[in-house]
Amino acid sequence: MFTSLFRIAKYALQHFVRNIWLSTATIVIMVLALFVLAGLIIFNVSTKTVITSIQDKIDISVFFKADTAEDEVLRIKSTLETLPEVRQVDYISKEQALEIFRQRHEDDETISQAVEQLQENPLLASLNVKAQDTEEYGDIAAYLENDTIAPFVEKVSYSQNQTVIERLNRILNTAEQAGYALIIFMSLVAVLITFNTVRLAIYSHKDNINIMRLVGGSNIFIRGPFLVEGVMYGILAAIISLALIAPVLYLIAPYSNVLVPELNVWEYFTGNLPRLFLYQLAFGIGLGLISSFIAVRKYLRN
Amino acid sequence: MIIFQGVTKTYKGSQGEVSAIREISFKIDPREFVSLVGKSGAGKSTIIKLLTGEEKPTKGRIIFGSYDVTKQEQDELYRMRRHIGTVFQDFKLLPEKTAYENIAFALEIAGKPQTEIDELVPRALDIVGLGRQAYNFPREMSGGEKQRVAIARAMINNPDVIIADEPTGNLDPINTAEIINLLLKINELGTTIILATHNKDIINSLKRRVISLENGEIIRDEEKGKYILF
Repeated sequence: MFTSLFRIAKYALQHFVRNIWLSTATIVIMVLALFVLAGLIIFNVSTKTVITSIQDKIDISVFFKADTAEDEVLRIKSTLETLPEVRQVDYISKEQALEIFRQRHEDDETISQAVEQLQENPLLASLNVKAQDTEEYGDIAAYLENDTIAPFVEKVSYSQNQTVIERLNRILNTAEQAGYALIIFMSLVAVLITFNTVRLAIYSHKDNINIMRLVGGSNIFIRGPFLVEGVMYGILAAIISLALIAPVLYLIAPYSNVLVPELNVWEYFTGNLPRLFLYQLAFGIGLGLISSFIAVRKYLRN
Repeated sequence: MIIFQGVTKTYKGSQGEVSAIREISFKIDPREFVSLVGKSGAGKSTIIKLLTGEEKPTKGRIIFGSYDVTKQEQDELYRMRRHIGTVFQDFKLLPEKTAYENIAFALEIAGKPQTEIDELVPRALDIVGLGRQAYNFPREMSGGEKQRVAIARAMINNPDVIIADEPTGNLDPINTAEIINLLLKINELGTTIILATHNKDIINSLKRRVISLENGEIIRDEEKGKYILF
């Protein structure tokens, strides 16, 4: 058993080295496919970051009537927090609201002076509600209309921003779906091209397969070296493609930072290197192995 | 012992079915040297392909030693093939392997230990007179040399039978004579030889059993035959 495995590995290595041009060509194609894959992963992470950061900026505010007791507001806050759709609820008291208002307008003298002259704080206490999913704001807004809450509520910002939130939701959903479609499409192209290249490489050796059979080679002995070679292609291609993508990401990181300030692609790359390498390796080996398997099986069948 | 019992092989062509061989029956005893002769298309290669299991007969039964060739599954054929050495007109050597490796390959896939391979391969190379070309690749060898590598590979496993399909078809008269002499020598050591050829001079000089084929049928089977075809 050990001898057989050793011999299969030896044939694969011999074949790889003695057909170095064919091996190189196959690996180049696989490197390109893996390069695309890594690019897609980074692209996906960037889009997700952008989408999350936009989603994070959306919220609805519930303003309470001036005479509502703070206890009442806090009670409603804890009720809201029990809702599964709600991610976070922040309480902003009248005083905090005034403070925020002051800070926002400290450069505007007219407003600052006007505020100073006020006898009473005209601002309302509010709850700032963030949903788990931006699509759930409608549900939350509807919930706020129930009898235990509605009497205390002055207004809900959702009704004003409803169109914007809904439109943003549609854009984000479309962007996400388009991203997935692109990933599926590009992966499919990469898989098909690699599969075809490996198949052609094996096709050029179909006479050898026939000879091995005539000499008395069992299927394992004939298929084995091609599979091992497929795995070798995969491993080498994974290493090379990562080695190529590293400087590319390093160079584009400052530019991509302008587009997506929340994500530094270079830091993402170095931070997730083992995982990325594992993906590349799995994709490369899987592709090499499956392509070889299917291609050799075709010639072993007849 | 090789037995063909009423074997017919038809191929589906564009103009209906074509019979390559029809109702062929013969028996070859161990240690025999048998020549199959006939024009191109007479059915020589079909008989060889049926014997090695490359093709399945449409009708009839083929026995090789303890194997019923007709009942062998594709996945199991390799066991039987390790008892058969094959030599072809186009040599069928693995182009990426040296002469040594081509011969060793037959032993390696049969699971023979390395020590045995190290001992047997140089000996086989010496027998076929290629001791010096052991590490040459097929592309660096002449036709005659390649065919000798093929013969060394065919005999290395000590098979029960060596099947040679037009082994001299691509060779000059001197190399042809050498290859035939090698086959005779191997036969003397106890291996059955089946030689398919349409080389008249070889057949007439051999003075061994000749099965003559024409249009897929046996027209003559003589103990010390000659090449007589019309």
